[in-house]
Amino acid sequence: MGAVTDARKPAPPPAGWGISKSVRDSLVIARRNLLRMSRIPEMVLFGLVQPVMFVVLFTYVFGGSIQVGGSLSSQDYREFLMAGIFAQTVTFATAGAGAGIADDMHKGLIDRFRSLPMARGAVLTGRTVADLVQTALTLVVLALVALLIGWRTHENVGKILAGFGLLLLLGYAFSWIGALIGLSVRTPEAATSGGLIWLFPLTFISNAFVDSNNLPTFFRHIAEWNPFSTTVQACRELFGNLPPGFKTPDAWPMQHPVLASVLWSVLILVVFRTLSVRKYRSAAA
Amino acid sequence: MPGAIYAEGLVKTFGDVRALDGVDLDVPEGTVLGLLGPNGAGKTTVVRCLTTLLTPDSGTAFVAGFDVLKHPNEVRRSIGLSGQFAAVDEYLTGRENLQMVGRLYEMRAKRAKERAGELLERFNLADAADRPSKTYSGGMRRRLDLAAALVVSPPVMFMDEPTTGLDPRNRQGLWEVIQELVAGGTTLLLTTQYLEEADHLAHDICVVDHGRVIARGTADQLKAQIGGERVEVVVHEPDHITTAAQVLAGFGKGEATVARHTRKLTVPVAGGAKLLAEVIRELDVRGIEIDDIGLRRPTLDDVFISLTGHLAEVKDEENGADGTNGGRGAKGAAAAKDKHEVAKDKHRAAKDKHKKEAAP
Repeated sequence: MGAVTDARKPAPPPAGWGISKSVRDSLVIARRNLLRMSRIPEMVLFGLVQPVMFVVLFTYVFGGSIQVGGSLSSQDYREFLMAGIFAQTVTFATAGAGAGIADDMHKGLIDRFRSLPMARGAVLTGRTVADLVQTALTLVVLALVALLIGWRTHENVGKILAGFGLLLLLGYAFSWIGALIGLSVRTPEAATSGGLIWLFPLTFISNAFVDSNNLPTFFRHIAEWNPFSTTVQACRELFGNLPPGFKTPDAWPMQHPVLASVLWSVLILVVFRTLSVRKYRSAAA
Repeated sequence: MPGAIYAEGLVKTFGDVRALDGVDLDVPEGTVLGLLGPNGAGKTTVVRCLTTLLTPDSGTAFVAGFDVLKHPNEVRRSIGLSGQFAAVDEYLTGRENLQMVGRLYEMRAKRAKERAGELLERFNLADAADRPSKTYSGGMRRRLDLAAALVVSPPVMFMDEPTTGLDPRNRQGLWEVIQELVAGGTTLLLTTQYLEEADHLAHDICVVDHGRVIARGTADQLKAQIGGERVEVVVHEPDHITTAAQVLAGFGKGEATVARHTRKLTVPVAGGAKLLAEVIRELDVRGIEIDDIGLRRPTLDDVFISLTGHLAEVKDEENGADGTNGGRGAKGAAAAKDKHEVAKDKHRAAKDKHKKEAAP
């Protein structure tokens, strides 16, 4: 066939193709998503209401009845609790990423992006980076609320920042789970609920709100290996929020929580990023 | 030389459904191909395969000279796509949307900004440029979507049902934009359910049904394929209908069909404009006053029905209206009662007249 032999060869890629192209495209998309978020401030607001509500509920409703370590002191529980709430907050960003991407699919925007000469993962990276920015803002506000009701840290600034770094890494990794969900469902509504339901068992069968030592054996094992728990444990160590008399579980991730947290997050990030980018390339709205 | 858009043997199945069953296309540079077919015929799937959004199961395709499967990024750099939905971010302003697309086409920020300004001006969106596109009307959003597809002035454009859901005025406006574009040398593949649209815009037409191209050619060729010119007369006095029918039968190839309540008579003829003049003279001699007379060539609707056995826009409940539309037959059924369709019909009638006048 004439056409086959006449096929044009692609021109050499323009200068800056490759990594920088990928970064640039991602930033263009991240900017777009941040602009978008800034025009729907109520979304950011609702994202804040839930964790604040959890802080209040757990501190004042359950606080007096939950024993952590050997302590029943509500100040000890308040400090113990915050790492759990922070971690839960960052993982709940999953639903936002999922719903956003499902919405883009639904509206035909993903088709438009896929017909443009863009870097492969840029649409998803841009979205998850924008979510990361939003998560960071949420964490700042939440930390201020926590300080107001009596949360205190007992370590140096470096460690505290490292703790927040781990939280953001976890949140970023989880937003890629959201991306995959968003690409896999038919409607934004499904992405929201699909992004949330599994987070409840994940965050509750963990050490986020209770001392995992007090759990029944079966749940205790799950809780101790839960990627979510490792970050919570790491933050407690880094913030100096472990209650007096707290017995660190023997499970490896609990003994090395910072390392375990990084490993878990990176693993989730790599696996779900790969799957999402592959799914994106074949996405059909 | 292969065309700017070239496809051979495209097959795509979704589960058990053979959405494309061996589609061949060849669109010469600078021309418009109208892909015509009902919902579910496979038009969108063709567009998705050619714009790198879908990988066909088999077949080859080249766009702007690049192999769609081997060099998708080169293809993406050479095309603009305007889909069935206005694919714009509704929370971004028109300007922000266009700048974003420009940046993603590898434009520098400054150039993307300039280009966005030009396009907003050209598409009559300058006043609304800095409002979120959420506040735009349907027609404005569609124009913004089209503008987004034109950010890099791509040599090859794909438009998937660009005017579906637009009111007649906006449709007319979009047609003008499309014609301008083609005059500038752009190659265009356009899908549509509107036969009139293909007739109006496309140089060549492919009729698609069940994932196959069932006919191809220019609008005139397709019409000639089914033949059948008709003279249509609307008499002023109901009493004259019988006489007029006799006159028409004398000129026609068969009996005249009569729609009494509209006082319209239709008769198949062979003889073109010359014959029409004779009919007018004869009616005048007999003292029959006429409100309207015209030579009607088959429309693409007629072509479509004769090829597929069904209408392009089937609205079952309206097929019952057939009889009341008299001579217009099945086409009248599709023309329906809603304003939109009526307007379309008027436009078509005007065009038919124009053709009549242009005939030798």
